[in-house]
Amino acid sequence: MAYVVPRPELTLKEKAYLPSILNGLKITIGHFIKMMKGETKVTLQYPEEKWDAHLPEHYRGAPTLVRDERGRERCVACQLCEFICPPRAITIKPEEIPSEDKYAKVEKRPQVFDIDMIRCIYCGMCEEVCPEQAIFLRKDYAITGTSRAEMVHDKKKLYELGGVFEGLVHKWNPEK
Amino acid sequence: MTDLFLSIYNSIPPELLLILIAAAKAFFIIFLVVLPMVSYTVYAERRVSAAMQDRVGPNRTGFPLTLLGFKKDLQLYLGGLGQPIADAMKFILKEDFTPAYVKKFWFWVAPCLAMMPLVTLAFIPFGSTLFGEKMVISDINVGLLGVFAITSLGVYAIVLAGWASNSKYPFLGGIRSTSQMISYELSMGLSLIPILMLLGGLTGGSSKLSDLVNLQADHGWLLLPLWGNGLSLERWLMLIPLGISFVVFTISIFAETNRLPFDMPESETELVAGYHTEYSSMKFALFFLGEYTAMIVGSSMIVVFFFGGWSLPFIPNGSGTAPAFFQSMFGGLYAMVPNWIWGLANITVFFAKVAVVLFCFIWVRWTVPRFRFDQLMKLGWLYLFEIALVNIFITAGILAYIHK
Repeated sequence: MAYVVPRPELTLKEKAYLPSILNGLKITIGHFIKMMKGETKVTLQYPEEKWDAHLPEHYRGAPTLVRDERGRERCVACQLCEFICPPRAITIKPEEIPSEDKYAKVEKRPQVFDIDMIRCIYCGMCEEVCPEQAIFLRKDYAITGTSRAEMVHDKKKLYELGGVFEGLVHKWNPEK
Repeated sequence: MTDLFLSIYNSIPPELLLILIAAAKAFFIIFLVVLPMVSYTVYAERRVSAAMQDRVGPNRTGFPLTLLGFKKDLQLYLGGLGQPIADAMKFILKEDFTPAYVKKFWFWVAPCLAMMPLVTLAFIPFGSTLFGEKMVISDINVGLLGVFAITSLGVYAIVLAGWASNSKYPFLGGIRSTSQMISYELSMGLSLIPILMLLGGLTGGSSKLSDLVNLQADHGWLLLPLWGNGLSLERWLMLIPLGISFVVFTISIFAETNRLPFDMPESETELVAGYHTEYSSMKFALFFLGEYTAMIVGSSMIVVFFFGGWSLPFIPNGSGTAPAFFQSMFGGLYAMVPNWIWGLANITVFFAKVAVVLFCFIWVRWTVPRFRFDQLMKLGWLYLFEIALVNIFITAGILAYIHK
C-alpha cells in the first residue's frame, strides 16, 4: 500500500527562499567572524603544540625495556611477551649469562630483543604478561623512521627509551 | 636613455604599437593579476570555508628544503600562503593518465577550452587610464554582447569533457551542465537589458563597457547613485529594476560558473566528480582553475555592471579628475600626486572589489546546500526567466514615465 508522506505547508516567506538563505549567510559569517577574532576553539596545532603534559599515567605508548636501580637489565628472556604478542612484533634470542658475571644466578638474558614498531599495535599485553616487570609501555607516541629497518627497535634503543625503573621486583636481588 | 626609448618608441609603426600595447596589457592582466588571483582564490576558498566550519584550513606550507639536501624544512609562518605553489607543483608532477577508452582528441581539447573564460577579460575595463592608455584590452563597441558570446563558450569544455570521457557519470554531468547553462544564459542576458536601456539614454547608445564604467564613476554606481547626475529621480527610480536585475544576474552567474547552490555538473555526492571524473594531473587542474577563472570573470562582471568597476568616488580617475563634489573638496590633493598613481589605484580598487565579490561567492557556497536538478530547472525557467522579462517592462515603464 502506498504511504503518502505528508509535506508541511510552506508559508510565503519560506517559499520565497531568499530570507532563509540570508539567515544561513548570517550564521556562516558569524562563525567566520568568531574565527577571525580568535574566539573559536580550534584543534591543536600538532608539531608546535603538544599534549604531552596531559597524557594520563596509563597511556600506552611505545613498549620499552627497563633496567632496575642497579643498572641490571630486568628482562630474563623468558619469551612470554614474544608468545603473547598478537601481531608478533617481538623477536627475542635468549643467551646464557656467563658464570663470572655478577648476576650469574639469573641465568638468562636476551641477546637480541627486537620490537618491530611497524607491527606493534600498542595493546600492552607484553607489559601485562611480563613476570619480571621488565617491559613497559611508555609515553612516546611519535615513532617515525624513513625505512623499515629503522622502525625496528633493537635492545639498545629499547633500553634507551625505557631508562631506569625502580622498585617492585626484587626477586633477583642478590642481597636479599 | 630616455631619448633612446623615445626614438625606439617613435620608430615603431602605429599598428604594431597598438598590437604590442594590447599584448602588454593582456600579459599584465592575465599572467600577473588574474592567474595568481585564481590560485589564491582556491586558497581563500579553503581558508574561508575552514573558518566558517570552525576549522583552521591550510596554514603551514613551508619550503621543502629537505628535498635539496638540507636538514630541516624552512618554515615561514605566512599562514599557508605557499599552499597554491605547492598545489601547482603537485599537479604538474602527477602522472597524466589518459584512459584507453576515451575519445582522445576531444578528451585533450576539453581542458584547453576550460580556460576560455580568460578571453572574456579582454572586454572588461579593469582600470581607468594609465599613462594615457585605456586599461581595457579590447574596448569594442559591442562589449556587453562580446562578454555573453564568450561566457557561453565555457559550456563546451564541460560538454566535451563529459562526452569524450566515454563513461556514464561524466556524461550525466555534461548533460546536466548543458541544460543548466543554456537555461541560465537566458535569464542572465535578459537581466542586463535594463542596463542597456538605461545606458542608451545616458551614453548615446554605446554599449562599451568602459563607457558604462566611466558613467558610473562620474554619476554614481548603478546600485549606489549618490553623486553627479545619480541624484536625479530617474536613477533612483531605476534602482527598483536594477536591484531585481542584480539579484537575477548574480544568481545566474552562480549557475553559469557551476558554483555550489547549482553545481550540478560536479555534484560529487551523486556523480562521483561529474565531468572531470576521468581526468588527472594538469588536465584536471585546468578544469579546476577554469572554474575559478570563471568565478573571477563573473565577479568582475558584477563589479563592472553594478558596482562601478574601478571607481571609488573619492579616488580620481587616471587623468586626475574626480566627480565634481569631491573634485571641489580635494582637488588640490589630487593635483599633487602624479596621475599614474591614481591609475594604479583604480586598478587596485577594481581588483579589491572583485575580491569582495569573490568572498561572497565563497560565503554563499559554504552556506547553501545543493539544489535538486528539477528545482534548478524550475527556478531558472519558471522564476528567474519571468522575473527578468517583467523587469524589462518595468524599466521601460519607468523610462517612459521620466522621458515623456
